[in-house]
Amino acid sequence: MSAVGAEVSAEVAPDHAAGYRAGRTLPFRVEVVRQLRRRRTMVIGGVLAAMPLLVLAAFAVAGTPGRADRTSFIELATASGPNFAVTMLFMGTGFMLVIPVALFCGDTVASEASWSSLRYLLAAPVPRARLLVRKFLVGLLFSAAAVTLLPLVGLLVGTMAYGWGDLKLPTGASLTAGEALPRLGVAVVFVFLSEIVIAAMAFWLSTATDAPLGAVGGAVFASIITGVLDAITALGDLRAWLPAHWQYAWADALQPRMEWGGMVQGVSLSLSYAVVLLALAFRGFTRKDVVS
Amino acid sequence: MAGAVALVAVAGVGTTVAVAAGGERSVRQEDRFLAMPETPGSTQVVQLDTSFFTTGDSPRPAVLLGHGFGGSKEGERERAQELARQGYAVLTWSARGFGRSGGRIGLNAPDREVEDVKHLVDWLAQRPEVRLDGPGDPRVGITGASYGGAVALLGSAYDSRIDAVASAITWWNLADALFPQGVRGSGAIDGVFKRLWAGIFFTTGSVGELGPSGGAARPALAPEQGGGQVGCGRFLDELCRMYDRVATSGRADPEAVALLDRSSPSSVAERLKAPTLVIQGQQDSLFPLDQGDAIARAVAANGAPVAVDWFAGGHDGGTDTSDRVDARMVDWFDRFLKSDGPKGDGGDTGAAFRVTRTGGVDSTGFQTVLRGASADAYPGLGGTGARRFDLKAPTGEPEQAFANPAGGAPPNISALPGFGGALSQAATLGAGLSLDFPGQFAVFESAPLDGSVHLTGQPTVSVRVRADRPDAVLFAKLYDVAPDGKQSLPQQLSAPLRVTGADAPEGRTVTVALPTVDHTFDAGHRLRLVLASTDLAYASPVEPATYRVAVTGPVTLPTVDELETEAAPLPSRTWVLPLVALALAAALVLVPRLRAARSARRAHGPAYDPALAGVPLQITGLSKRYKGAADRYAVRDLGFRVEQGQVLGLLGPNGAGKTTTLRMLMGLIRPDAGEIRIFGHRVRPGAPVLSRVGAFVEGAGFLPHLTGRANLRLYWQATGRPEADAHLEEALAIAGLGEALDRAVRTYSQGMRQRLAIAQAMLGLPDLLILDEPTNGLDPPQIREMREVMIRYAAAGRTVIVSSHLLSEVEQSCTDLVVMDRGRLVTTGAVSEIVGAGAQLLIGTDASFGPADLAAAADKVAALDGVGSAEAVERGLLVRLDGMAGSQLLAELVRLGVPVESAGPQRRLEDAFLSLIGGAA
Repeated sequence: MSAVGAEVSAEVAPDHAAGYRAGRTLPFRVEVVRQLRRRRTMVIGGVLAAMPLLVLAAFAVAGTPGRADRTSFIELATASGPNFAVTMLFMGTGFMLVIPVALFCGDTVASEASWSSLRYLLAAPVPRARLLVRKFLVGLLFSAAAVTLLPLVGLLVGTMAYGWGDLKLPTGASLTAGEALPRLGVAVVFVFLSEIVIAAMAFWLSTATDAPLGAVGGAVFASIITGVLDAITALGDLRAWLPAHWQYAWADALQPRMEWGGMVQGVSLSLSYAVVLLALAFRGFTRKDVVS
Repeated sequence: MAGAVALVAVAGVGTTVAVAAGGERSVRQEDRFLAMPETPGSTQVVQLDTSFFTTGDSPRPAVLLGHGFGGSKEGERERAQELARQGYAVLTWSARGFGRSGGRIGLNAPDREVEDVKHLVDWLAQRPEVRLDGPGDPRVGITGASYGGAVALLGSAYDSRIDAVASAITWWNLADALFPQGVRGSGAIDGVFKRLWAGIFFTTGSVGELGPSGGAARPALAPEQGGGQVGCGRFLDELCRMYDRVATSGRADPEAVALLDRSSPSSVAERLKAPTLVIQGQQDSLFPLDQGDAIARAVAANGAPVAVDWFAGGHDGGTDTSDRVDARMVDWFDRFLKSDGPKGDGGDTGAAFRVTRTGGVDSTGFQTVLRGASADAYPGLGGTGARRFDLKAPTGEPEQAFANPAGGAPPNISALPGFGGALSQAATLGAGLSLDFPGQFAVFESAPLDGSVHLTGQPTVSVRVRADRPDAVLFAKLYDVAPDGKQSLPQQLSAPLRVTGADAPEGRTVTVALPTVDHTFDAGHRLRLVLASTDLAYASPVEPATYRVAVTGPVTLPTVDELETEAAPLPSRTWVLPLVALALAAALVLVPRLRAARSARRAHGPAYDPALAGVPLQITGLSKRYKGAADRYAVRDLGFRVEQGQVLGLLGPNGAGKTTTLRMLMGLIRPDAGEIRIFGHRVRPGAPVLSRVGAFVEGAGFLPHLTGRANLRLYWQATGRPEADAHLEEALAIAGLGEALDRAVRTYSQGMRQRLAIAQAMLGLPDLLILDEPTNGLDPPQIREMREVMIRYAAAGRTVIVSSHLLSEVEQSCTDLVVMDRGRLVTTGAVSEIVGAGAQLLIGTDASFGPADLAAAADKVAALDGVGSAEAVERGLLVRLDGMAGSQLLAELVRLGVPVESAGPQRRLEDAFLSLIGGAA
């Protein structure tokens, strides 16, 4: 085997080295391993896993939050394990889950560029489109893990602290734990799907810059801007075009009669924008001069 | 019939014409008072305030649009304008006693308000804008809600010229509506007085002034003109007396029932022959769904087309948009009024039966989500199927006793006029308000449901009632009880019932018709039948009483499985946007690719040139300008060729374009012109032939968090090639990192990274190895080792390209040279060719050997055989050998008496190089 490279003669000029196939480059598992051992991955995982414990400790010290005039999921956090899980999801939706998603998808290409390892991957050669697909899928996988981790740990911690019980809803009704868990699953899936637009935004920036911080920060910033715009009620129906407008639509899954409309619209919007942003990423990156 | 209607008095009074601008088509509005006889044949005249709306003068179908109780024609203006835009001539009017119209309220009396409708039809028949079916017979439909809906039905019954009807939230029998009786087989005479609603209904009409007064047009208001008693307001005296009587007693009497019957479509059931759209509200405790059901059944019995729409609204409030209901009404009129017109016969009137169902709440917009369910046939209140559930008292006792509190207070609460909508909306969220006081009700529950049951219609249950008084007044409610015990009352509706003769020893067994609703009882929920003794909205006996109640049969829930839920109405954005996005994305990705493919075909030769199959590298006409440096070429018109087995030195100062060339070679950047072929294959980004190239260009690139070993292993795995082809151990031996190999790369020194990167480039023993400044950061022994590695590597028939700005390096290891400067090729060839024919030696001499001696010695040396040239330099001689060996020269020098102190090769390549690039500048 060792002589394979040496035996290439002038008569035969294969267009690739023995054993090389473009379709086998950068296997999914390899990219997962490359990213998994990174410190930022560990830190994010640790923070998300510790968050429920922090909130739990806060409740233990300061007492359960409660306001007489209105009820939200946060007021019901200590009602049961499922309630605590929902509270974690509620807290995570606005900001806490945006950052891991932006980080996993925004840092992935830019950090390789900043380490100069990108050029060796491309010269291996890993076809550029394939590199993007693999990196984005792995970024999504890590994002999905982050989105799942928070409510999952919340469920475990909450169940240990407050017991296994019905999911109490702000409207006063409640769902049995058996009913609530699949609904919670739907909510988590929706949160993930609605974050894909953030992921795509971060990924696009990641292919356009060599500075990982720029890509991650840019996506988080964009998320904040759309959130602020959505808060301007004067914009009326225009807000329905903002991804942030739908970010809490998962609450529709957690009511006595499940309602899909808002979630379907939110996912439609998120995926539509994401497709265009990803197309921009592919268009830019496949034609880009890699000089990092 | 039409001929029998005499046109009595149709005179325009104070006609005004206004054109409502705005909108796509301007609607012309004509306001006028029309004079009507007080009753047929009467000489007294009542002035009706009317408005006529059209968008043009051509004949068109007409629509009469009535208003609700307490309203006037003003409230219908927008709807009228919309209908006018849909191509109808629309006539609205304020009914007697309302708005600016004169006369007194007769509750749609046939000889008064209904007679007025006939005259309005007469008036329409005279209008040139109105299409006629025959002389004096206009093509006309009639619609209205509540009070206006009843007059629409009555009008169509009394005037057969009316061609289509759309009634909304109106009554079938006013007596039954105001004195409901939940006991099957009984009627309004034994009904329970709907106290709150009736009070609102009557006091609305009793208030003297409501809205602007028509002055002279309302003589009935003045008592001195023979008007009614104080407190009766605009009601006719007989109605006023009737109300006072029944409201006081809390019971209906035959006279009252007869009076109310006269104002009810039920009195003319067999004459309801016009196609009728029945819109009835689910949140309506005043005219509940069973009133609409009776209308639909009567029309259907007469053979006329009928459609039933249960919308999410009604007198209790509601959330359904009137837009959908209005559109449905227009469709109905389009079908039956325009059918032989330009629109053709195919007008779709919608499903024969449609129910608006309340989903959850859209938490984004904080609105209840509604969706329709429809069936091809109207099943009536009995449904098309039925589910029966046994009910038991939670205590286990078959008979439960409870009290009617003296004075009927405190009352239990179900629906509240005007609040029911909000309450029942809250109920769908599981937070409904309903109140039963302990000791005032009996409870019977089913077992938890195995599966969900969708009730559509009027449930019935058989109960035995015993009382210590002749009459037992009960309020039956069917609650939905969630597994956590929370109960909700669908639509907040209760069914009042009066069981007469309940003081018989064994009581009376009656079948109770519960409120008609459309409601899903979910799996695991229970049905809870509550029979209470009081209800805030109804008059119940003031005398204390004790009731004993037992259920004697299962509760029957009608179901309509044929109802198919329509897809949730999502904005078109939901599906259009993804399609647009996909199209845009495809265009973004594919257009540049197609364009690139086309220009590539034009600009370049074939992807593979067999003539170059054995040539590791050939570069021709290569040019590259970076963005932002349009006038400066990084590489310009570069061309050279590398043969197998060569160690090629790519030599040039910093900025000569070496690295840019190597980047293009690796497919990292695209050349502006020219091409690079590796073994005959043209290089483009990601070209598979690059797998035959190993490269180390411009520094190492590793994942800092991984060890050196993991970096190399993962890099090789990323190439997707077999593990065994990597020759990992050989590469690691070259790197020579020892134990450091298992440390994270971020802890490495510059030189360690460098060596690891070179090892990475050698993974898989590529046919073409490219090393960019490989000896940077290496110490001298490592440099020497590296040199040997390269030479050995090429000796195996592979090719090595080394770029450097250091001559010493290329000089000692390279066979061939390519010299670049400022992006251009300066020269190319074997090292010896560039250096010159022979090597030069610098002979250092003793300080005592002066310049004159040196010059003399130089001449002598130059004369020697095998010496090309010799010249004197400071403290030494520079000798170019031409065949003579170095050792022989030294012997000759000693022989010539030159005091040799040192001898070594002169770095003339350096001079040659400098002069080369100097010349190019």
